[in-house]
Amino acid sequence: MSEWSPSPRELERRGIRRSLRTRSILVATLAMIAVFALLVIGLVSSPGWDRVQDTFFNWHHARESFPDIWDYFWVNVKIFLIAEPLILVVGLAVALARQARAAILTPLRVLAVAYTDVLRGIPTVLLILLMGFGVPALQLQGVTNSALVWATVALVLSYSAYVAEVFRAGIESIHPSQLASAEALGLSRAQTMRHVVVPQAVRRVVPPLLNDFVSLQKDTALVSLVGVLDAVFAARDYGNYNFNYTPLVVVAGFFVVITIPLARLCDWLQRRMVEKERAGSR
Amino acid sequence: MTALLEVAGLRKSYGDRVVLDDVSLTVQPHDVICLIGSSGSGKSTLLRCLNLLEEIDDGVIAFEGREISDPRVDPRAVRSRIGMVFQAYNLFPHLTVLENCTLAPRLVHGVSRADAESRARELLGRFGLAEHATKHPDRLSGGQQQRAALVRALCTSPTLLLLDEITAALDPELVGEVLSIVRAEAEAGTTMVIATHEMAFARDVATSVCFLDRGRILEQGPPAQIFRAPEQERTRQFLRRVLPGGGE
Repeated sequence: MSEWSPSPRELERRGIRRSLRTRSILVATLAMIAVFALLVIGLVSSPGWDRVQDTFFNWHHARESFPDIWDYFWVNVKIFLIAEPLILVVGLAVALARQARAAILTPLRVLAVAYTDVLRGIPTVLLILLMGFGVPALQLQGVTNSALVWATVALVLSYSAYVAEVFRAGIESIHPSQLASAEALGLSRAQTMRHVVVPQAVRRVVPPLLNDFVSLQKDTALVSLVGVLDAVFAARDYGNYNFNYTPLVVVAGFFVVITIPLARLCDWLQRRMVEKERAGSR
Repeated sequence: MTALLEVAGLRKSYGDRVVLDDVSLTVQPHDVICLIGSSGSGKSTLLRCLNLLEEIDDGVIAFEGREISDPRVDPRAVRSRIGMVFQAYNLFPHLTVLENCTLAPRLVHGVSRADAESRARELLGRFGLAEHATKHPDRLSGGQQQRAALVRALCTSPTLLLLDEITAALDPELVGEVLSIVRAEAEAGTTMVIATHEMAFARDVATSVCFLDRGRILEQGPPAQIFRAPEQERTRQFLRRVLPGGGE
């Protein structure tokens, strides 16, 4: 069959496809330029723009505050690097506890339900304030009084509740026929979960999980509320001293830059999964 | 009489694998073309090329006298005239049977909800599904689901109906209830291209049978000729395997 060569009609068609593609690229480019031009014009021509530019987009202050923000941003990075794995573990544990069916494990299940209900209900800001100020005030022996630690614990507790629900949604989305075939093979409930349900569930919930992590990365900014010296604290400190809010914009830029790789990783994982598991099943 | 569908020199490959090679086929109005051949011979791919679900690599497909393999043709306009039923039913599980059937008439053809529902109910009634109209597909048996899928395809009154091994996932008892509907549609003059493993059915309803082998139409003719006196050795081999009693 190697003797096939495209017919004149096919070659013509390829030409048409090419020109259609060129046209859509052109349209996309023009639309982008038009939209962004309008946005910029709208912003710059607003009456208070000069004032805003001076207080929020001041190049001098951006440069001045950058080194401090850069240094303290590592505190935020450290918080989420430590919190993320902990959240995964706690979240999955809570989700599994909620799925437990053995009679003896009923208290565990009730605890898991109560945990997600309560912790998800409390605004993260409040939880950080309560734990960051409250736990050290207990003056417990042998535990740290560091606001940073307790604020991080608050983040872990709060996000684990969300992540547990994400895991639960994934676990419950696995079709009952999978459970039936695992049981038919003689697997125990725990084995079924461990080897059949959870691996499929985790794959399914990777995008919403990463979504929660992006959200967590941003919420590390909340620790500045209990006096932890992080990038936001540093920016506000600089701003209050110099009467200029540009550092806040700089911090915002830091957070955007750090969350983009995670977003792309999320897209890539999702695409790879679709290609692998749904090949040709359209 | 101009042909409803005319395929010439169709070629389709996935990477190095050539799935369809120089396939030519003419479908006149009221024809019932049955595509037979072993799994992987290209029957499904051919059907999917016909309603532009797959981009072809060469050849020309003309539908109602107009080339639809041109990249400038709007595939939705073509598909609104061609109905398709899949092996796995592909009903939308979140909609009731009635909603499944009225979706395309309402969204694509601009039919009012009342008109779409009365037409769907009439067809569902004719196919013995009247009492299942408000149920969700998963509540129905396989045969009922496939009949519902047929109704969904027929609700838009397509000029051409493509059936892709629609009984392959059904047990023998349910095959009959689905095929009797297809037979009724064939007798009513609906033009169809059918990929099937049901040889007895093909022999009964087909105006023409095509035997596909490794992406080529090896042999085509009226069912009497293909089933009784096939010219190709490969066709004889295939029929010996699939027909109980050794091919005649």
